[in-house]
Amino acid sequence: MSDDGERGTPGKGLVQGLAVTLKTMTQRSTTQQYPDVEPDLPPRSRGVIALLEENCTVCMLCARECPDWCIYIDSHKEEVVVPGAARARQRNVLDRFDIDFSLCMYCGICIEVCPFDALHWTPEFEYSEVDVLDLLHDKDRLGEWMRTVPPPPAHDVLGEPSKEEATAERKAAGPGAATAAKTARPSVRRTGSPTAQRPAEQRPAEQEPEK
Amino acid sequence: MPLWLDLTIRVLAVVAGFLVLPLVVGQTEHKVMAHMQGRLGPMYAGGYHGWAQLVADGVKFVQKEDITPRDADRRVFRLAPLVALFPYLLVLLVIPLGPGGLVAQALDVGLFFVLAVLGVGVVAVLMSAWASANKYSLLGGLRGAAQLLGYELPLVLAAASVAMAAGTLSLPGIVEAWRPWWLLWQAPAAIVFFIAGLAEIRRPPFDMPIADSELVFGYMTEYTGLRFAFFLLAEYVGIVVIAALTTVLFLGGWHGPFEDQLGWLWTLVKIFAVSFVIIWLRVSYPRLREDQLQRLCWLILVPVSLAQLVLTATVKVLT
Repeated sequence: MSDDGERGTPGKGLVQGLAVTLKTMTQRSTTQQYPDVEPDLPPRSRGVIALLEENCTVCMLCARECPDWCIYIDSHKEEVVVPGAARARQRNVLDRFDIDFSLCMYCGICIEVCPFDALHWTPEFEYSEVDVLDLLHDKDRLGEWMRTVPPPPAHDVLGEPSKEEATAERKAAGPGAATAAKTARPSVRRTGSPTAQRPAEQRPAEQEPEK
Repeated sequence: MPLWLDLTIRVLAVVAGFLVLPLVVGQTEHKVMAHMQGRLGPMYAGGYHGWAQLVADGVKFVQKEDITPRDADRRVFRLAPLVALFPYLLVLLVIPLGPGGLVAQALDVGLFFVLAVLGVGVVAVLMSAWASANKYSLLGGLRGAAQLLGYELPLVLAAASVAMAAGTLSLPGIVEAWRPWWLLWQAPAAIVFFIAGLAEIRRPPFDMPIADSELVFGYMTEYTGLRFAFFLLAEYVGIVVIAALTTVLFLGGWHGPFEDQLGWLWTLVKIFAVSFVIIWLRVSYPRLREDQLQRLCWLILVPVSLAQLVLTATVKVLT
């Protein structure tokens, strides 16, 4: 029954209700047979965080940005004697990198903030434990998850090109060649600008002397 | 064939039907309800699509502790599930399956017997409700009593219409006299009988006495283990009985192609079709409120069945 006087044919709603259930019955059910059939997760699923230890410089950014402080990092400095150099260089060596997944809220800030791509999402999710203390994954366990990191998704053809591509293109064009569009703001008005120029437009000027 | 062998075979057949048909209907309900809700339903028990789910449930019920509340009226409390179950067994005795006496016990007053025995259900509800010493049980039981007494009237009136049309109270006799055009002539009675039957077995949308969201589980609240299983079994036998009665009275029972050989199959097919509709209604409709329930009974079903009686009598006199 609708609100005010506007009633359709009597019993129409009842028949419609029956039709809905009957139609649902003839369609495939949405149930996933999980333990029998592995779920088909999208590659960017937030299952667990993997650590690529070689990339980590112990900058501590992840541990500091973590909202609930579930990343524990210990390190020491090592002297590396470089032949020919005036004095020995120092480098950080990672002793401990633990993520406590009983605290982690899967916000992904550590992954966003890592400047060297040492942390990655992987869709693996089957790491429940009987004891909550076992949810503290050390760096070896986090390193093992690296095997399950899916390849990065293909580049969006409509998005802006990657930094590396843009730099290479600019270098190929020669010094000073790509300065024509430096002043243009592509997002404001791009109707007039040919697409070929777009890579160059979007590079801020300060990054030019990088190479 | 000696009399005792004949009797034994008939009784065994009815008991087998009494035990198997509700399980089939229950499993169908599991699966149909699941798929109507976009789920799969039981998938593990028995291996193939969970066919043994209800058997597993039965084993589970047997293992459970049999609890009788301290304040309960013990004897009545323990007797109630059997009283709920037994009438349906008796009803199955007189339902004809096929032509040529394929019925456990052909009674001349079969319809009268069926309706009388179905009425015993009220007693079981009241017994379990009152003996549980639980206010929710009592509320559920009183709702159940009001509902069962109310819907008994349209049920009987609708059945009387078809008995008038056939000129007999014997169930095989009614099927014998049935003609396809009765589908139209007796349609209002069929609908009234079906709806009232749904209410008699307290199926959704008429499950106000059980109403699990407000009354825990109505008059079944205090029951556990095997006694609870008896109530559940009674519900599913109830589906079979109401479907069978609708089939026999209004859908022509064994009538269909090759009815001399396949009559029993036609009856079963029709019973399962009606059972499917009962399940379908359960999935589709929400529960009726108590006042809506009584309103539907007294203001719609009773007048319609009375009008049907007049129509039946008119047609009967004119032809």
